Amino acid sequence: MITGNFEYHQPSSVPEALALLSDLGDEARVIAGGHSLIPTMKLRLAMPEHLIDLQGIKELKNIDVSNGEVRIGAMTTQAELIGSDELFQAAPIIRETALQIADPQVRYMGTIGGNVANGDPGNDMPAVMQCLDATFLLQGPDGERSVAAREFYEAAYFTARDELEILTEIRFSACEGGYSYGKQKRKIGDYATAAAAVLLTKGADGSCTAASIALTNLADTPLYCADASSHLQSNGVSEDSIASAVASAMEQIEPVDDNRGPAEFKKHAAAIILTSTIRQAWARA
Amino acid sequence: MSATAETVQDRKAALKGLGTSRKRVEDARFTQGKGNYVDDIKLPDMLFGDFVRSQHAHARVISIDTSAAMALPGVVAVLTAADLEPLNLHWMPTLAGDKQMVLADGKVLFQGQEVAFVIAEDRYIAADAVDLVQVKYEELPVLVDPFKAELPDAPILREDIADAKEGAHGARRHPNHIFTWEQGDKPGTEAILSEAPVVAEEMVYYHRTHPCPMETCGSVASMDKVNGKLTLWGTFQAPHVVRTVASLLSGIAEHNIRVVSPDIGGGFGNKVGVYPGYVCSIVASIVTGKPVKWVEDRMENLSSTAFARDYWMNGKIAATEDGKILGLWCHTTADHGAFDACADPTKYPAGFMNICTGSYDIPTAYLAVDGIYTNKAPGGVAYRCSFRVTEAAYFIERMIEVLAIKLNMDAAELRAKNFIRKEQFPYQSALGWEYDSGDYHTAWNKALEAVGYKELREEQAKQVEEFKAGNTRKLMGIGLCHFTEIVGAGPVKNCDILGMGMFDSCEIRIHPTGSALARLGTISQGQGHATTFAQILATEIGISADDITIEEGDTDTAPYGLGTYGSRSTPVAGAATAMAGRKIRAKAQMIAAYLLEVHDNDIEWEVDRFVVKGAPERFKTMKEIAFASYTQAIPGVEPGLEAVSYYDPPNMTYPFGAYICVMDIDVDTGVSDVRKFYALDDCGTRINPMIIEGQVHGGLTEALAIAMGQEIAYDELGNIKTGTLMDFFIPTSWETPNYQTDFTETPSPHHPIGAKGVGESPNVGGVPAFSNAINDAFRAFGLTHTHMPHDHWRVWKTANKLGLHG
Repeated sequence: MITGNFEYHQPSSVPEALALLSDLGDEARVIAGGHSLIPTMKLRLAMPEHLIDLQGIKELKNIDVSNGEVRIGAMTTQAELIGSDELFQAAPIIRETALQIADPQVRYMGTIGGNVANGDPGNDMPAVMQCLDATFLLQGPDGERSVAAREFYEAAYFTARDELEILTEIRFSACEGGYSYGKQKRKIGDYATAAAAVLLTKGADGSCTAASIALTNLADTPLYCADASSHLQSNGVSEDSIASAVASAMEQIEPVDDNRGPAEFKKHAAAIILTSTIRQAWARA
Repeated sequence: MSATAETVQDRKAALKGLGTSRKRVEDARFTQGKGNYVDDIKLPDMLFGDFVRSQHAHARVISIDTSAAMALPGVVAVLTAADLEPLNLHWMPTLAGDKQMVLADGKVLFQGQEVAFVIAEDRYIAADAVDLVQVKYEELPVLVDPFKAELPDAPILREDIADAKEGAHGARRHPNHIFTWEQGDKPGTEAILSEAPVVAEEMVYYHRTHPCPMETCGSVASMDKVNGKLTLWGTFQAPHVVRTVASLLSGIAEHNIRVVSPDIGGGFGNKVGVYPGYVCSIVASIVTGKPVKWVEDRMENLSSTAFARDYWMNGKIAATEDGKILGLWCHTTADHGAFDACADPTKYPAGFMNICTGSYDIPTAYLAVDGIYTNKAPGGVAYRCSFRVTEAAYFIERMIEVLAIKLNMDAAELRAKNFIRKEQFPYQSALGWEYDSGDYHTAWNKALEAVGYKELREEQAKQVEEFKAGNTRKLMGIGLCHFTEIVGAGPVKNCDILGMGMFDSCEIRIHPTGSALARLGTISQGQGHATTFAQILATEIGISADDITIEEGDTDTAPYGLGTYGSRSTPVAGAATAMAGRKIRAKAQMIAAYLLEVHDNDIEWEVDRFVVKGAPERFKTMKEIAFASYTQAIPGVEPGLEAVSYYDPPNMTYPFGAYICVMDIDVDTGVSDVRKFYALDDCGTRINPMIIEGQVHGGLTEALAIAMGQEIAYDELGNIKTGTLMDFFIPTSWETPNYQTDFTETPSPHHPIGAKGVGESPNVGGVPAFSNAINDAFRAFGLTHTHMPHDHWRVWKTANKLGLHG
């Protein structure tokens, strides 16, 4: 459980970090909170020769809510997300999700940028970002570009981020209405057996005016469930429509057997979790 | 008069003796991070060792190339079996009469096995060098299923003893067979089974798990080549035995070896055995002339050091139609892994599995245990239990439930009907034990009343109706358990480890000013010995526990003892402490009589002093007596006030308890929630109620872990699937339910203070209580038995098989 040798770099600005990344090339890895990368390095499954630590870049650590838009710097920790009342007002699902990630010690170090950029299907924030229809800001040698969270994930640990880019910021619109992040896990600190992010808006007449559903750890990427979402929006929220929406979402999932259980169990649990999460979001809408 | 009575009470309270919830004296340093563990030891010029381990479960070692590792700056040596062979240390004896490779000798037999030992100037260089050692393997067929061990196409694992027809425990019928151990009356039991009106049968599997102490195993060896002395610090639950073994193995005279167990961060049986790392650190220190430290990491601990359980227990229980048990039959297939490295008393290759008649008056019984080799890590230690007692308790407490289902009878009633009655003690069990004391009915009734058992059953029945009506997706389980432990090994006439009788010891020195030092042959790993042994002594010799220092773990200073495991410290070393204290008091009586100018028989002991009978104003306190023993010439009495006692217990002790768990289970997600857990323990005389409660909380939490998810699982290729704490379940405060503790107090008649031991009871009783709750929840839907661990997917699977998902 001791990492291989590596050089440690702590740039103080994004351009400096980008320059290091360009210079050092394939042998360098960017590190945020380190809670995925360091264990991998300790197992010597990853042996980068250079670590570029983003902790010294102050501009990446901020939460800004203005004009209905939320901007979160990539190096903002889960604990800071939980602690921000401003963010809770704008998107309460973030706090609810962050509180279900690992344990307090991990949340003091783990960052939202690391969580969404790593491409680990077990991470919770990617599905929440898809649910929020967030945009990720990427900075690279050729400048800045943004990619929608719903377009970002390609396969496990493969994302739209180029190796020479750094994910610096997350943007999404403040949301109204009901929200819920439901997660089944074996214990504190575990990844989800199945988890669901749901946002629902209720019109004055009781109709569903907006719906968004995404799932965690049920395929090799987070899953935005477009059909299930639009089904609720078109048909309103009732036990029948929830059942149809869940059935639709379940067609998308491809869980795999692991120590959390066989795929058949996960499929069943996922439907239960999604159903209860929709119900809770609607109750809060 | 009342003033005098008060004074006696005050003086008694000041002693902080037996029955006092005295705060743990150890915690001042532990809570401040000031403990001193093996990995805290830093010596000048110390080197670090690290293992190259096998990634294969079964393979021949074709070659080991250490040249690239040796070329790395800072690497001092790389040891392989070939280097250890001239010293005859490439294999070592196990505590179970088998032998184990220290480093791979021609082949590897489990994933994680030690292949080479790298010694370097620091642990980082050592880790880098491990990666540079090139080992060439030829993979062999893997055996992970003990039931396939004797099939014609089974690979032969232990080529070193393939032809040996006799093992340490009798005849072997196959190269992969270790022993068969039989107890009880086979024909008698079979006759009862064939004739009995009711016979219930079940295969009960107690899965493989691991003690996983917070501190992993490690050692620091320092060979002083000038004076020829070897000092060995290590995570040892039995330091004196380690010294003897080290002497026998290395040829170093025993007086030239000092073994020290410093603070130990939990043992739970994992630190009883001898590991290759200890041997390699010693050899490395001898070879290099420098101190060498070896400390394993978490994954190494889980995958290579001693596991626990892995017993397939096939049971048959016979009864009359109204539920009187007539006989019990058990055949166990015991998966021991690649080497038989159980830590049991020599004559008990399956430990005290023959306590499997439990709390019940079962007239006839038969037990057979087959030990089998597989391509898994060696071990089979008593994880927070006396030797195999958790397996035995789980077996009988499941069989009782299975029988209750067969009889369509309430399981609480079935238990009460078959308990050994109070007046039957001392009770001779069908499988050979003499239970010392017990009052099971009183404990059981207290437990049933405390939880409102009748009302719980009514609620459960209602919930089943609601479930069937489609109004809820939750079921309720009531997990019952009445366990009887057998601890305090043990009488030297039938208990030994590597030939060493399982006595224990205490040596007491009273200082001139009336404070004391007591040293014992045991070693605390968190049990709070420094607190509780001082309390035993305080009551015996009338010196406040606060004025008594307890020392353990240094073989140069402590008297010889067999160590701490199997809840033996209080029953054995605690008894030695009381007996040594009584020797002190006997001498003190002579001194006091002389000082008071009366005959010995004219004075009597009162809390902290000897008082002249009929003249309470004339007395000498222990403090005064101690001072006199060093300052006055007393005719016929040697100066000083010291005593030593080696205690050979006349019998085991038999703590017991009644546990009830109420669980709510979601049949769709498989998630279960402990609504209530009531634990009544009877550990005889209670030394420190607060420490007992802490022990019970800790043991129950480990039981929760084991029952609900903790396992060491292998795939069909012998790859360990649960080798990190991501998958190996250790409950946090979040997963830990609230526990309601209670007690009755039935002293042991043969123990000097009546104490029986408690540290392991909650694990022994907790596992069946949790498991029975899960099983019970599905009883109304036709379930007889489902195996642990009861993690979400397995509970879901149970519900699914019963058709509860529509």
